[in-house]
Amino acid sequence: MRELTYVDATREALDRAMARDPSIFVVGEGIGARGGNFNTTSGLYTKYGPERLCDTPISERGFVGMCAGAAMTGTRPVVDFMFIDFILDAFGELVNQVAKMQYMSSGRLKMPIILRGAIGIGHSAATHHSGSYYPIFAHLPGFRVAVPAIPSDAKGLFTTALHGDDPVLFLEHKSILFNRGEVPEGDYAIPFGQARIARAGADCTLVAIGSMVGKTLAACDKLAEEGVSAEVIDPRTIAPLDMATILESVHKTGRLLIVDETFQPCGVGAEIAAQVIDQGFDDLDAPIHRLNGAHVPTPYSPPLENAIVPQESDIEQSIRDLLAE
Amino acid sequence: MLHQDVQAETKARPNARKQGSEEAGRTTEELHALYRQMIVIRYTEEQLARSHQMGLIHGACHTYVGEEAIASGVCAHLRADDAVFSTHRGHGHALAKGVSPREVIAELFGRVTGCSQGRGGSMHLFKPEIGLMGTSGIVGPCILQAAGAGYSFKLLRSDKVGVAFFGDGAVNNGAFHEGLNLASIWKLPALFVCENNQYATEVPFAYAAGNPNVGNRGPIYGMESVTVDGNDVLAVYEAAREAVARARAGEGPTLLECRTYRTRAHSEGMRDAGYRTQEEVEEWKTRDPIKRFHQWLLENQEADAETLAAIDAEIKATVEEAAEFARNSPWPEPDTVSDHIFS
Repeated sequence: MRELTYVDATREALDRAMARDPSIFVVGEGIGARGGNFNTTSGLYTKYGPERLCDTPISERGFVGMCAGAAMTGTRPVVDFMFIDFILDAFGELVNQVAKMQYMSSGRLKMPIILRGAIGIGHSAATHHSGSYYPIFAHLPGFRVAVPAIPSDAKGLFTTALHGDDPVLFLEHKSILFNRGEVPEGDYAIPFGQARIARAGADCTLVAIGSMVGKTLAACDKLAEEGVSAEVIDPRTIAPLDMATILESVHKTGRLLIVDETFQPCGVGAEIAAQVIDQGFDDLDAPIHRLNGAHVPTPYSPPLENAIVPQESDIEQSIRDLLAE
Repeated sequence: MLHQDVQAETKARPNARKQGSEEAGRTTEELHALYRQMIVIRYTEEQLARSHQMGLIHGACHTYVGEEAIASGVCAHLRADDAVFSTHRGHGHALAKGVSPREVIAELFGRVTGCSQGRGGSMHLFKPEIGLMGTSGIVGPCILQAAGAGYSFKLLRSDKVGVAFFGDGAVNNGAFHEGLNLASIWKLPALFVCENNQYATEVPFAYAAGNPNVGNRGPIYGMESVTVDGNDVLAVYEAAREAVARARAGEGPTLLECRTYRTRAHSEGMRDAGYRTQEEVEEWKTRDPIKRFHQWLLENQEADAETLAAIDAEIKATVEEAAEFARNSPWPEPDTVSDHIFS
């Protein structure tokens, strides 16, 4: 199969959808002729023009609220935030308007809006360009939250987002945007709420999210040399969350570690752990462990930045600790 | 770009607008429809106020009494497929856009027959089928959403218009700045109607605004702008006619400031003191938009007293029947509470 980068895979999905559906448009800073800071829209401006690849002023609350109104009146906006940290200026529009509109209108209004942006820690981007925030959005009723880890999932989930009628947070970790992988050609959609088993194994279950998937797989490769058989699950979407696949795996392995770059308190790992305790308590042979990024704002200096992100060696040690329980 | 202060011009030359209105060629039917619309709003609001006292309304109830000319004068120019986005004081906008008194009253009673099927209440009225895209408990977002409707309509090459109704409380909010700027740079088919009733809840606009003029802010964003007496339904009607026509023609958005006053408390049951005087309220009651229009219709021989009394009586009966309908309507089923979170 041909290979694409992660960002090329999402752009292919966007291009195919825009070619078919004239109601799809993209807004953001520098997403027009420039093609986006992360090349998310490169080449599309010449095909679809300035109304459908609409450069905006730095006015996040304004254009998110505007896109909410557009989504309510027959078009399908894609908001490209560049860095997802910028979404926070629009938080009220998202929480009070975008997430609640379908419910408040008893389903008579739809809210087909995609909110995409680069997440994650790396490259000394420092504290205003390194956030992820998905546990916050997954906490709220009304949002779909996708955090794909590989190019084919990026295409498949973006396609699903483009064809649905719900608000979707589509979050792309900066460290994997230019990774290459096999991506199916043509139409390719992956339903929300279906986890991917990234590696099958029998000794323990590792749930890894976003950029942590690749690091966790690398740690597993190393431990496999010692005979450790770990199963790695990539949920792909945080909301909805495919608990069935996780519970099935824990039933088999009896041990669970959740690896997530975002903060531990009130986080995705806490939710997964609580649900496994509720529904799979008898399957557990050991306490559930979590490995998260440190609960601090993101510092700039490389040694400080490295210290807050789970590294491959940290994951390896956490797996050893889990198996030693 | 121009800011036209019709209110000030009318004060300076009292006969100027009257002549203009004759030239505008309004029909008697249009004038009667305006009167009827204002009465529908007034009577529905008074019914809601009584119902609130009786404990039939479970949450807030922000009435539009005193401001009826604005929703009536603007919505007279809108079609069912134009999109209206409103604010917490939105009953009048819902009614003027065509939601029935039954559906509005039933919604405030929390019944399944309400326009939001009991999920909304006073501040969340929806009937998208006829372009009521929602009233809102948050001040400001309607401005952005009306711009967004304008973006849709422009992209889809239609002549529909997005309209936002909001109070003076919204214009010192970032949404006003961002929304007007976005609408201006893309020349969106939108109308921004500021109902300047001079108090943001209980904070005077004169205190809260470094520039206490709303209308003259339009040209700052490159937008046509008009200020009218919001208690003069014909002034609103004429200004809105021009603004809606401009939007439909693809000539861009308009900011319309309507100076008005709410004569009841911010919300029913709230103490209405400590921020304005009773004398001020009484003085504004003499400028009541319905009384004024009633008198104008008689003086200009556009209606006789019997005709207007008949309209009053008919709508009184309609609203009483609507309240009875609401009171007898079923509650929503609790097991539907999780429906419609997603499409």
